[in-house]
Amino acid sequence: MSAPGGALAIRDLAVSYGKVEALHRASLAVAPGRIVTVIGPNGAGKSTMLNAIMGLLPAAGTIEHDGESIARLETEARVGRGLVLVPEKRELFAEMTVADNLALGAFPRHRRRDKGIGDDLEAVYARFPRLRERRAQLAGTLSGGERQMLALGRALMAKPKVLMLDEPSLGLAPLIVRDIFRIIADLRATGVAILLVEQNARAALQIADYGYVLETGEVVLEGPAAELAANPRVVETYLGLARRAG
Amino acid sequence: MNFDIALLLAQDGLTNGAIYALLALALVLVFAVTRVIFVPQGEFVAYGALTLASLQLGKVPGTAYLLIVAGVATAAVETLAALRERRPGRLPALLAWNVALPVALLLAARWAAPLAPPLWAQVALALALVVPLGPMLYRLAFQPLANASVLVLLIVSVAVHFVMVGLGLLFFGAEGSRTPAFSDARFAVGAMTVSGQSLFVIGASLALIFALWLFFERTLYGKALRATAVNRLGARLVGISTTLAGKLTFTLAAAIGAASGILVAPITTIYYDSGFLIGLKGFVGAIIGGLVSYPLAAAGALVVGLLESFSSFWASAFKEVIVFTLIIPVLLWRSLTTHHVEEEEDE
Repeated sequence: MSAPGGALAIRDLAVSYGKVEALHRASLAVAPGRIVTVIGPNGAGKSTMLNAIMGLLPAAGTIEHDGESIARLETEARVGRGLVLVPEKRELFAEMTVADNLALGAFPRHRRRDKGIGDDLEAVYARFPRLRERRAQLAGTLSGGERQMLALGRALMAKPKVLMLDEPSLGLAPLIVRDIFRIIADLRATGVAILLVEQNARAALQIADYGYVLETGEVVLEGPAAELAANPRVVETYLGLARRAG
Repeated sequence: MNFDIALLLAQDGLTNGAIYALLALALVLVFAVTRVIFVPQGEFVAYGALTLASLQLGKVPGTAYLLIVAGVATAAVETLAALRERRPGRLPALLAWNVALPVALLLAARWAAPLAPPLWAQVALALALVVPLGPMLYRLAFQPLANASVLVLLIVSVAVHFVMVGLGLLFFGAEGSRTPAFSDARFAVGAMTVSGQSLFVIGASLALIFALWLFFERTLYGKALRATAVNRLGARLVGISTTLAGKLTFTLAAAIGAASGILVAPITTIYYDSGFLIGLKGFVGAIIGGLVSYPLAAAGALVVGLLESFSSFWASAFKEVIVFTLIIPVLLWRSLTTHHVEEEEDE
């Protein structure tokens, strides 16, 4: 099922909370330079899937990165391989400065004495000029949009090969959502594989190449983003009447 | 009591308070990063003091043998884990740290002890013998419980304390030791004589606190520990492993404990079980800081030192009682001024 040379491929991934199975045998693949989105309602298992890919939740099934199984690796080792998650709650270091948050994003690269961390910091500041202005400020004092930028910037400092974004638009003003999605679309050029989990199906399908629809723990639909956006069932449930009228 | 006596008591109080401040900082650090209330902190004080005392008597300290026992146990646990995870590449490094290093330190101690080396070399060797016990202790007792609740960690912590006191009796014996003063100098400042020993202890404590501050503010590993304390999940997601943070924290706590022991050794006679009371006074300081604030913990520890010294003048039989009673108004005040937050479990 996985695309050849797929940066990330999961097959038959199942996650249970106690006796309740939250994700049933889900399969998907993301290739470098592609944006793949998973849309679905609240509680469909989208965040559960990302947490299982990061190793934060025990899961059954196959998780492969660059053709190697990573299912036995600790979360930290997966981060070291370039799997980076921007979680729904951002999980920033609120009592530390913006600059420290970004520096820690590159922690595994410092440990293996990776070169070019300084250049990447410049690149993040160039992408998010607001973060450069606020670099001495504590992360906890930032606005919602700035926090999301910092979370993205911190993830980029890890030089991700697979970047997973959990609801990046959650709780943000529409103008800022547009900014964030434009930045995510721009990231495609860096060759990173992006797995975007969203409730904002319209915005997600606009920038994605391929999409999956997850409902009650199961993949019920998949296909190129443009086809999904035209699928009557998706239009009905996720895009709403506005699409029909427009 | 006249003014001279008050000055003398204050000097004593600040000297002891400086040591309690170091221990309070270590307790806050360990709790913030690993959620362990580090009851055995005091044992590292006793081990540090007794190791230095043995070296000064020209004997090989018991810690050298204890380190080999702990190292072999750690190496066994780590080897099993490495084989189970099919990562044999880790074996050379873990054998070097846990077996070769303790053996090398034992040989160094056997060679150096009879030669009566200069004081700084004895201090360095004593630190080298005690500090590796910190990360080994983390690996053996706390790493398997990294996700346990604070209460479970506290129970294990109490157990480790009793084990370490017992091992202290086994390896150092029941008799107490006191080391010679670092400095016999005395300076007259107005009406007061200041002893060189007090200045040395306070100066060394301040230097250590400043070094810790530099570590946490300026180095990436220091920031990684702060990040773990602020947000464990966030730290894992940027690749800071809980194990690495825990080992580093316990190394620092062991180093601070051993250094405090070396500083306190010339002031009081230290027995294998003396560490607990000293650590507990640091703990009272840490509680004054709510186990979260470093400056408040250090200030609280100074108050503990001063209170102890003045109460030993007025009511020496009750000095411990008075010091530990301090915790009651502090807890009352804290429970009235802070909102109770249910303990949040990870994941």
